[in-house]
Amino acid sequence: MTTHPTPTLISQYASGAAGVDDTTIWAVEAHLEACAACRAVLTDAVDPGTRDLLDRVAGGIADGIATGPGPVRRHRLLRTGVAARVLPWLVTATGLMLAAVLFEWTFNSLPSLVLLIAPVAPLLPVAAVWSRRLDPAWELTATMPRTGLPLLMRRTLGVLSAVIPVLAVAGWVTGHSPGLWLLPAVGFTAGALALGAVVGVDRAALALTVAWSAGVVVPSLADGQLPTVLTGGSLPGWALATVALTAVVLVRAWRRPHGPLQNLLHR
Amino acid sequence: MIRTVSVAETAPSTYAWAVHAEKLQVRAGRHLAVNELDLRLGTGVHGLLGPNGAGKTTLMRALATVLKPAGGRLTLLGGEVTGNADLRQVRRGLGYLPQHFGFYPRFTVREFVEYIAWLKEMPKAVIPGAVQRAVERVGLADRADSRMKTLSGGMLRRAGIAQAIVNDPAVLLLDEPTVGLDPEQRLDFRELLREIGLDSCVLVSTHLVEDVAVACSDVVLISEGRLVWQGTTGQLTEQGAAGDAGDSATERGYSSVLRAYRGRVSA
Repeated sequence: MTTHPTPTLISQYASGAAGVDDTTIWAVEAHLEACAACRAVLTDAVDPGTRDLLDRVAGGIADGIATGPGPVRRHRLLRTGVAARVLPWLVTATGLMLAAVLFEWTFNSLPSLVLLIAPVAPLLPVAAVWSRRLDPAWELTATMPRTGLPLLMRRTLGVLSAVIPVLAVAGWVTGHSPGLWLLPAVGFTAGALALGAVVGVDRAALALTVAWSAGVVVPSLADGQLPTVLTGGSLPGWALATVALTAVVLVRAWRRPHGPLQNLLHR
Repeated sequence: MIRTVSVAETAPSTYAWAVHAEKLQVRAGRHLAVNELDLRLGTGVHGLLGPNGAGKTTLMRALATVLKPAGGRLTLLGGEVTGNADLRQVRRGLGYLPQHFGFYPRFTVREFVEYIAWLKEMPKAVIPGAVQRAVERVGLADRADSRMKTLSGGMLRRAGIAQAIVNDPAVLLLDEPTVGLDPEQRLDFRELLREIGLDSCVLVSTHLVEDVAVACSDVVLISEGRLVWQGTTGQLTEQGAAGDAGDSATERGYSSVLRAYRGRVSA
């Protein structure tokens, strides 16, 4: 493989190879691909017109690359599907928290509305990302290999990462212990997913919201004091419930990672 | 560049029919829309015809694994779909365009098809190329970076076809794909169908007999959830006599077969 083709052969190759058989041409071509010295000889053998053309094309392509549009940016957030339709619900949750803060500032004597609403604030957007009525592409999502709990958990994480900062601001402004709004919010979200795997996430979220409102929010507003479940003493209970429910969801996701969620698929 | 071919790609297929239904029953709500349907489909373009309410869409949904069969047996690409089977492997080989194609209005066509490709668990490295190819095949390359909400009805339909073919599915299910396409696009679409049908199983549900006559190699005719007739397009044409209703030979064949079936059922 060390014999270089003669300059005559290379110039014949460059000029269209009249009178040289195909096998030789292939051999020359294979050699040229591997040998820079012979490519230099080839460059000299090509007639000036062709060289001009090649230079022009190379220059044009280089210009096009330099001035043309760059590579398309990847939108990772969109991947979660959260950004798709959930924005209005996030705005609603934010508005709710804002109203709760204002309410708390105005009526000092009443129990903290921020703490009362915080547990159910993420439920609205969580239900929105996994609902037949609100997800326009639900029928497509239902036929995908990557569906079920892992996808739902990914979307839920997206929702939480948007809602928790809002809760944090509301909790900080009103001066409550982070554990009292964070743990219930995460706990209720995990509960909605755990219950949602059985009855459907949107129904589970609705049921939990109604139960919390009827069982805790309304009585405490009527009594005019915070219920004991939202005082410092109940923190270990919230922590335990949150960890347990999250564990239930994770175990389900791990055991049947692609088991179809009933609410979305098989009704 | 040479692509590595995986073992799965070169393995011989272990099934006789891409779609195999035996006494399949599927519910739409409480109504048994597909009732004891036997169907076997191999490679090629199959047209699914039938009167309104014949169970076409319900059958398509069951084949797309959106609906769980209520009874009977359904095998897709050699994998059982009935029962609590893991659908992941089967779903990777499916492409589905629902009758009501839901989409995220804020996504661009490219983002949407990319998102679907990701949901179909395609390898990360091949997604950008596959998306561009799918978008080009449906003739939407010039609008690939427009938001979905700015597209016309026909363009949306083509975007829907692009997301269905992005993973080169072995079973492609298209529910009313030609709605909203202008005559020229319809011709292009037929060409695309024929191309895809060379090596995969394509099932096109439609009520336009002319589409079936030109674009499909085989015809499946269902009525009231049962298989009425299955054969080639040529055979359907032969069924019609001069006295049957219809403007083309295929339409006459269609009405003749349907009339004969109704006669048999009522007798």
